[in-house]
Amino acid sequence: MNAVLDPAGPQAAHIAELWWVTLAVCALVFVAVLAVLAWGLWRAPRGDPQMVPGARPAPGAEKHLIRWVTAATVISTILLSGLLVASVATDRELAQLSLTNALNVRVKAHQWWWEVTYDDPQPERMFATANELRIPVGRPVLVTLDSGDVIHSFWVPRLHGKKDLIPGRTATIQLRADKAGEYHGPCAEYCGLQHAFMAFEVIALPPEQFETWAEAQRKPAADPEDAAARRGRELFLSGSCMLCHAIHGTTANARTAPDLTHIASRTRLGAGRLANTPQDLAAWIADPQKFKPGVNMPAHLLPDDDLKALVAYLGMLK
Amino acid sequence: MSSRAKILRDGGGWDSPAAKALARTWGDKPGLIGWISTVDHKAIGRRFIVTAFGFFALAGMMGGLMRHQLSVPSNTIVGPDFYNQLFTMHGTTMMFLFAVPVMQGIAVYLVPLMIGTRNTAFPRMTACSYWIYLIGGLTLFAGFAFGTGADAGWFAYVPLAGPEYGIGKRADFWNVLVNFTEAMGLMVAVDIATVILKMRAPGMSLRRMPLFVWASLVMAFMIIFSMPTVMLGANLVQLDRMLGTHFFNPAEGGDVLLWQHMFWFFGHPEVYFIFIPALGFVSAIIPTFARRPMFGHDAIVLSLIATGFLSFGLWVHHMFATNIPELGKSFFTAMSFMIAIPTAVQIFCWIATLATGRLNFRTPLLFVLGFFFVLLIGGLTGIILGSVPLDLQVTDTYFVVAHLHYVLVGGAVFPLLGAFFYWFPKVTGHMMSERMGQWQFWLFFIGVNVTFFPMHQLGLDGMPRRVYTYLAESGWGTLNLVSIIGAVVVDMSMLLFVLNVVLSLFRRERAAENPWGAPTLEWAVPSPPPPFNFVVLPVVSSREPLWSRETGGATHVSGLATGTREGLVTTVLDAVPDVRYIYPSPGIWPFVAALAVAGWLIWSIFSVRGALWGMIPPTIAFIAWFWPRKRENDQHLALEKRP
Repeated sequence: MNAVLDPAGPQAAHIAELWWVTLAVCALVFVAVLAVLAWGLWRAPRGDPQMVPGARPAPGAEKHLIRWVTAATVISTILLSGLLVASVATDRELAQLSLTNALNVRVKAHQWWWEVTYDDPQPERMFATANELRIPVGRPVLVTLDSGDVIHSFWVPRLHGKKDLIPGRTATIQLRADKAGEYHGPCAEYCGLQHAFMAFEVIALPPEQFETWAEAQRKPAADPEDAAARRGRELFLSGSCMLCHAIHGTTANARTAPDLTHIASRTRLGAGRLANTPQDLAAWIADPQKFKPGVNMPAHLLPDDDLKALVAYLGMLK
Repeated sequence: MSSRAKILRDGGGWDSPAAKALARTWGDKPGLIGWISTVDHKAIGRRFIVTAFGFFALAGMMGGLMRHQLSVPSNTIVGPDFYNQLFTMHGTTMMFLFAVPVMQGIAVYLVPLMIGTRNTAFPRMTACSYWIYLIGGLTLFAGFAFGTGADAGWFAYVPLAGPEYGIGKRADFWNVLVNFTEAMGLMVAVDIATVILKMRAPGMSLRRMPLFVWASLVMAFMIIFSMPTVMLGANLVQLDRMLGTHFFNPAEGGDVLLWQHMFWFFGHPEVYFIFIPALGFVSAIIPTFARRPMFGHDAIVLSLIATGFLSFGLWVHHMFATNIPELGKSFFTAMSFMIAIPTAVQIFCWIATLATGRLNFRTPLLFVLGFFFVLLIGGLTGIILGSVPLDLQVTDTYFVVAHLHYVLVGGAVFPLLGAFFYWFPKVTGHMMSERMGQWQFWLFFIGVNVTFFPMHQLGLDGMPRRVYTYLAESGWGTLNLVSIIGAVVVDMSMLLFVLNVVLSLFRRERAAENPWGAPTLEWAVPSPPPPFNFVVLPVVSSREPLWSRETGGATHVSGLATGTREGLVTTVLDAVPDVRYIYPSPGIWPFVAALAVAGWLIWSIFSVRGALWGMIPPTIAFIAWFWPRKRENDQHLALEKRP
């Protein structure tokens, strides 16, 4: 559950180290100041409102207090300077992640999902996915960030800090996962109605598994093998689905909603809202508004058989 | 008792013929018109404070509702649309309609009493500003009541609040509210700065000015320099929305980050001009309850001024996750760390004062001690947020929610409640119950920590801010449940507070004029103070006039008329009497002008033509307000010296 302090890559690890140093200094200061305050309260005599205070102490009579306050101020300044050096040094380390042989991925944020494009010098080897970012363990990733509408923020706490996706201002973030695993990434900048359900998963795979997966993603969608799935594809291509979604290898080419070419290979639905199971997929298609009010996908009043066929088709798009 | 303190206490006699004449001159007309027309800074200050606490209660209830919604995963008490309005209204109300006006209202009430004068410098303007504030706040809430509550966050980032994504009139209500509150804030700030610099009692040089007055002066200047940017920004967004300009549209060469710069150039100083008056309360309460003058008075004054300046160099630490140049960000880390130093100096001086004083542990002092604990946590987490790498992890998570509540509740609300207990007898003439006050303090202290401390961990666990719900598998449920238990304890504390106020107002015994044995001038007048404040204006020869043992020298100003509203203008640095001045008298025009301005602003929400034609009624009202009146002219001419 602990995200920020359980780093799975060098960037988050640098920040976690800085966190522990800063926290230790801050805790020390907190305890010291309150201890001195408590000691002062304990040793001071009690008074009452009738007591007329003495005249203002003569200048020089409180030299010891001046010395204490000056010393405390100097110590505070030294500690703050130390923390500043540590902070700038960490910033430098973050900027120096080696990008040799980096994987280039473009992430474009939309209300309320993530469009992920894997770049390649050969255009036919590029491919797109959504709400899921699979990366090879140990290889640096350069993520180019852009927004299609409002401001969002890209954040995978176990890998790195945040970077905002701002319309009109392309940004980049460099990260690397050193451990295989699944790392949750919520949108971290308020982006409207469904900001709460705009998450993505980063799945770090051993390099050879990543290559196998990427090869599979580059292929067009598989052709249906049984009757139900064939009926499902027919429904997809004749109904309203293809107005927004794309499935490569078919006539569905729209780009306003997540690319579904390999939807069955993903772990979550609706940008993190539901698990990708046939039951949840059916419930989602029937009424997305129930799970994610305000999402751009409308409800579909399909007969049970049609819904099953559609789910069967989508379920085979591995 | 010294002769000086005695004359101040007796003020020339509260039953003397002079006092009766002054009461006739300064009293308000009876009835509703008299009530509306008043220019008495105490009446206006009271209205500001009462109204601000009303908005505080509303915003607090919204906070409670949000905690309720988040107490368990996948909760459905409120939906996303209403939740987004709730947190936007909560933040907007707390920052614009509670924190700033309550601090300004207290300054309007106390400053003239503390510096020994009869009224603020421009009381009609301040009267007008109150009505603008009230109507502006009610307008925002009217929008909320009709489902048009602002929903783009209290920071109203474009493009979410811009023409394309800010649907309906919601963002327009927010932008226009900014105009209302900033107009109010600027008018009051100009008034406070002027009265402090030009109307202090003779002898109250800047070196002898009470620390709370210093804090108010710094606050006033910070408002004057920071508020115009957000007002300009909000109106540029309004132009984008209503006229189709492209200030914030990247497709046409605009820039969405421009808004963030404009907002935070105001927003960060705003946090500090809420915090600085609270530091003034602390500096007023500590000497009284430690029975000694403040140690390090000069250091505290310099720290207040330094904080005011430095707070204008921090705004980019709200934007570390954007792609502005990295080197620039480090500069703002350094500034964010540097501003901790003046606050640290003040904390050390307060501890030194307490440790060498004779302590009287009453409720106001308890709240100050609570302030030390809570503010210190907020300040130290602020250092974490000032560091670029750490901020990248914790910004926009519940860690920030924890931090900002520790800073604002610890840095502003704890001292504010202490100040409320401290000055309540002066304002109302009644003491509050000490027993209930202590109970309230402990409930509040425990409740605030239980509510907000777990949020630090929630942020580290990856919970983002401004989410209307979360899934059970996130694991955030337990700490959110702990948090609502704390919120219930805070509610109990607040109920006890309201009960204490109401019961105290009905108590028969009257408060003495100086129940705490405090050193500053507001305690030299009866509780509550008469409309004219002082029978004779005091002459000041030390920082703690009511504790002064000096004898000899002038004690008060003589020769001011009692039949007209006459006062004294003194010089900026040394408060040497300069000229006599006739204060403005009560009038209905400030109220009428406020109505006209409010009508214009509200009309401008709905129509571009309204923004244009709506200017006519305010113009008429202001001309009527400033139209020369023969009687006033004659009075001014009579005071004029002939060469």
